[in-house]
Amino acid sequence: MARIGVFICHCGTNIASVVDVEKVAESAKTMPGVVFATTYKYMCSEPGQAMIKESIEQYNLDRIVIGSCSPRMHELTFRKMLKGTKINPYMLEIANLREQCAWVHTDREKATEKAIGLVQMSVAKVANNKPLTTSTIPITKRALVIGGGIAGMQAALDIADCGFDVTIVEKEPSIGGHMVMLDKTFPTMDCSACISTPKMVECNAHPNITLKTSCEVEKVSGYVGNFEVTIKEKAKYVNHDLCTGCGLCQTKCPTKVTSEFDQGLSKRSAIYIPFAQAVPSKPVIDPSACLKLTKDKCGICEKVCPIGAIDYKDEVRYTTEEYGAIVIATGYELVDWASMYPEYGGGKYKDVITGLQFERLVNASGPTEGHIVRPSDGKEPKDVVIVKCVGSRDPKKGKSYCSRACCMYSAKHAHQILDKIPNSRVYIFYMDVRTPGKGYEEFYDNTRRDGAQYIRGRVSKIYKEGSKLIVRGEDSLIGKPVTVEADMVILATAMEPSPTVADVANKLGIVIDADRWVTEAHPKLRPVETQTNGIYLCGTCQGPKDIPDTVAQGSAAAAKVAALLCHDEMETSPMISYVDPNKCSGCGFCEGVCPYKAITMVEYAGRDGNRRVTKIVAQVNEGLCQGCGCCNAICRTGCIDLKGFTNDQILKEVDALCL
Amino acid sequence: MDKILNRAEGKLLADKIAKEADVKLHECYQCGKCTAGCPMANSFDLMPRQIVHYMHLGDMDEVLRSKTIWLCASCHTCVERCPHDIDIPTLIEKSRMEAQKRGICAVRDVRLFNDIFTETIRYTGKSQEVILEGAYNVTSGHLMQDMANVPQMLKKGIVRPEFNSVQDKESIKKIMNKAEEGGAAL
Amino acid sequence: MMRYSYFPGCSMGSTAVTYKASFEYIAKRIGLIMEEIPDWNCCGSTAAHTKNEKMALALPARNIALSEEHNPGLPIVTPCAACYSRLAYSTYAARKSEETRKEIEDIIEMNFKAEPEILNFLDMFSDEGVLEACRERLVRSLKGLKVACYYGCLMSRPRHITGEEDPENPMKMDKIIEMTGAEAVEWDYKTECCGASHQVDAPKAARPLIEKIFRNARANGADAIVTACPLCNMNLDMREEEINKQMSHKYNIPVFQFTELIAIAMGADASECGIHQHFFPAFDLINKVIIQNAKEKAEAEKREAKKNPLADGPVVIGRTGR
Repeated sequence: MARIGVFICHCGTNIASVVDVEKVAESAKTMPGVVFATTYKYMCSEPGQAMIKESIEQYNLDRIVIGSCSPRMHELTFRKMLKGTKINPYMLEIANLREQCAWVHTDREKATEKAIGLVQMSVAKVANNKPLTTSTIPITKRALVIGGGIAGMQAALDIADCGFDVTIVEKEPSIGGHMVMLDKTFPTMDCSACISTPKMVECNAHPNITLKTSCEVEKVSGYVGNFEVTIKEKAKYVNHDLCTGCGLCQTKCPTKVTSEFDQGLSKRSAIYIPFAQAVPSKPVIDPSACLKLTKDKCGICEKVCPIGAIDYKDEVRYTTEEYGAIVIATGYELVDWASMYPEYGGGKYKDVITGLQFERLVNASGPTEGHIVRPSDGKEPKDVVIVKCVGSRDPKKGKSYCSRACCMYSAKHAHQILDKIPNSRVYIFYMDVRTPGKGYEEFYDNTRRDGAQYIRGRVSKIYKEGSKLIVRGEDSLIGKPVTVEADMVILATAMEPSPTVADVANKLGIVIDADRWVTEAHPKLRPVETQTNGIYLCGTCQGPKDIPDTVAQGSAAAAKVAALLCHDEMETSPMISYVDPNKCSGCGFCEGVCPYKAITMVEYAGRDGNRRVTKIVAQVNEGLCQGCGCCNAICRTGCIDLKGFTNDQILKEVDALCL
Repeated sequence: MDKILNRAEGKLLADKIAKEADVKLHECYQCGKCTAGCPMANSFDLMPRQIVHYMHLGDMDEVLRSKTIWLCASCHTCVERCPHDIDIPTLIEKSRMEAQKRGICAVRDVRLFNDIFTETIRYTGKSQEVILEGAYNVTSGHLMQDMANVPQMLKKGIVRPEFNSVQDKESIKKIMNKAEEGGAAL
Repeated sequence: MMRYSYFPGCSMGSTAVTYKASFEYIAKRIGLIMEEIPDWNCCGSTAAHTKNEKMALALPARNIALSEEHNPGLPIVTPCAACYSRLAYSTYAARKSEETRKEIEDIIEMNFKAEPEILNFLDMFSDEGVLEACRERLVRSLKGLKVACYYGCLMSRPRHITGEEDPENPMKMDKIIEMTGAEAVEWDYKTECCGASHQVDAPKAARPLIEKIFRNARANGADAIVTACPLCNMNLDMREEEINKQMSHKYNIPVFQFTELIAIAMGADASECGIHQHFFPAFDLINKVIIQNAKEKAEAEKREAKKNPLADGPVVIGRTGR
């Protein structure tokens, strides 16, 4: 006969204010197999755990039920606690009296009744628990970082510094991401390129880092510690093993197209190195622009290349490699404001630009060598309007979230304009000024001291009369519509996840939210882990953030990766499926429904009575199985069971409540 | 005297109007894009944004006594651009009907014009621009308004002194009276 | 078959003389069949929906019901933006709620199914068949005339009533006008409000709205403004002179109904399309454009004639040096 202990937690007042915990404990004492029941204010606390351990000794318990918060919260805590006792950590059941009872009910009497029912079910289930033991799997001590922006670079460098091999996969021809486009960084005003390009060089030079630019993740299989990743390398049409990066090809290339790096403010050639500090500093050919590749004409680059590195026949290549951990750092793009806001001209006015375009304008290595001029006529603007929240905090036309970095970069833009253009005036239309960061409020104060005029209100319309852009907003602190006749307008455009994120997340089997941001395992306590073991996140793929937060997350993800890779092998959860091969009919339905590809059909030598037979049966890969139970549900012969959640246990729970 | 917010008496009415207009007042974060795009805002005493805010506070008195509810041209620019799709024209329209019911009117001329307009329809079934302008000028006291244009209108045949009416006048009168029986709102 | 149930609205019989004349001119030539709704009544306009919601839905509903009875199956088309909006509101409300539809039926004491499609003149003229029929009848070009197409509020907003995809920058009228050879300029006041009846009952507040429309049209290089509504047209045309009196700089921007320009391009003379009945003189501008185009056409024909060797008599063999 089982000897069960029941421990009901008050959770401060979280449970106790709605559920009569004493009554639940009293009632538990009468349940079959229960030899002891009690309550405590905080069961998860040090004294709470000590009390449980003492009771196990005192009453000679062999299994326990804890009525507390969700098992998602503290099941692991209590399992760890049991490791120090004579009881197997899996002889534990948690009755969720908080999220599924106290928090969602107000009627004390009925809530108590429900709590008793929940405990009753757990008691019935735990009576049928069996001790489970974990097994171990080996770990491949290499990491893959997807995305070579500042987040990915930081994560890769930190992992590499721990002595592990890292591969960075970057879809663009150069690593660097958005940070390298920026001019200066708030609030310290240090040069963005000066602090990010050394990281790029370091990534290139680090003996433990392999750079794979112009590459994308094609396929991911496997599981934590043992991922198998197929990487697609796009055709570069330039042999980088030969190329010295002399740049002659791009100076001679006759085809000019819009430069992505300069955000459309300049042109680049069809064969191009994206920017001066690019890593690798070697060109690729843009196949949609190249005359040779589109029309079989030209071919100049091949003629001028002194070492014959041009290869028009270059093709996509696939390589497959193994990794123990993956970090997703796919970053952000700006929203397409022009399609969202026809009232701001919808992109038809050249002098209405985005914040990122302004970064290129004000950047010494940008198309104007740092001179702030109007893209339309090259004249220096005197009156500049900055419009905040373009696409952000706009559930109807744009995104409902706050893009978080815009308040600060807008203040920085204002400061730069006022600093560089004598007698200039800057008007910033804002709804709220949000400066939650170290030194940020001070920076905002300084910007106003510089002369930036903050006007509280959203802009309704931007249009052109003559050479002026007419910006109409409300000064809501006065309560009147106001108009500014501006020479240039900078839109603080919202961030959104990189367009590739949905595809990458799908391949990795991780979750993204309605806005396509990657979802973290826990917003506070597991901020750089995804819900899939062994896959971590950092930077703006998770949500809008500024550079300090991005870098911090990059290092945090690296620490998590290192903590995994520093072990030779790892424990797996024992709560997985197992197949009784003698009962299995080999129908294969389970193989089809398994989301983790953990089931394969294998040959099995068994007996039918006394006759030896060879048949096809399902087999579970213990490393891949996540214990979801799909196979269990679809199995027609009932030969698959989930350890810790056996059919028998579930039925006992139902019986306890219904019979 | 200070406004004592917790004593505002219009909360019920404001909530009723908001519900009928399918507006969630709390969603407004007072960005002012409505005011900024409003063609009439320069003549308003309450900005469109403030109408929403007063309603949210439950201070309907301010709303009903405002000129704004009479001067709104129902152009719908505000709601078209509103980040939260707050239907200010409908809030205003319904407030105006409430004001009328209580005999409150901050812009007499607008009400007069509307009254004359509807009365002409009631008795002839069609709008009569000549009568409308004439009757409006006489009753509003703006005797000479637009009169400079009249000779040209007559000369060029733009308006004619006779009027144009529906044959089945009774049915129009009946429709209008019936609509008015059950109060203004649907 | 270009057949419509026609709701002219009150202005078409009074102030909108040029709209009426020019439309009738076109309709006759391209064979538009307009079945006027018998004994229609005023849509109630702004005044009704200012005062009483039910009245605002019931007055247009009577017309729709009459159309359903007498012109079954035909879409209802109306030249006025306000009529269009009120008719569309009625059908929208009745389609959205069966209860409302029944209540309206009860008030008007007629069957009201809210079935017909409600169109404005721009919708009708955007129909490929109508457009093509117009195109076939064009006899002269208005090339060189730069116009700002003014749509006003009610044909664009609210979106759920009008179905307009881009209420900030509608293009229907621009496309229709370009058929005449005139250039529709890009400008920013296409759907800004003209003040509607507030030009009468709150003139001080409403006049600046018109001034801004003229200002933006001129800033974007328009010679004229084109409208598709009797009230928008009157507000702009009748008040331009008055605005000019108060301004140091004078606007010189005639205001046309879009149908006038089509009629002119079809060869209508002044009395047939009402050009002489404008408040603000429009005659000179149109004449200048027409004469210029006629000259160019003649010159082009001359050039064409020279190029054609046959025009100089029989080809002389050997001239090419053979």
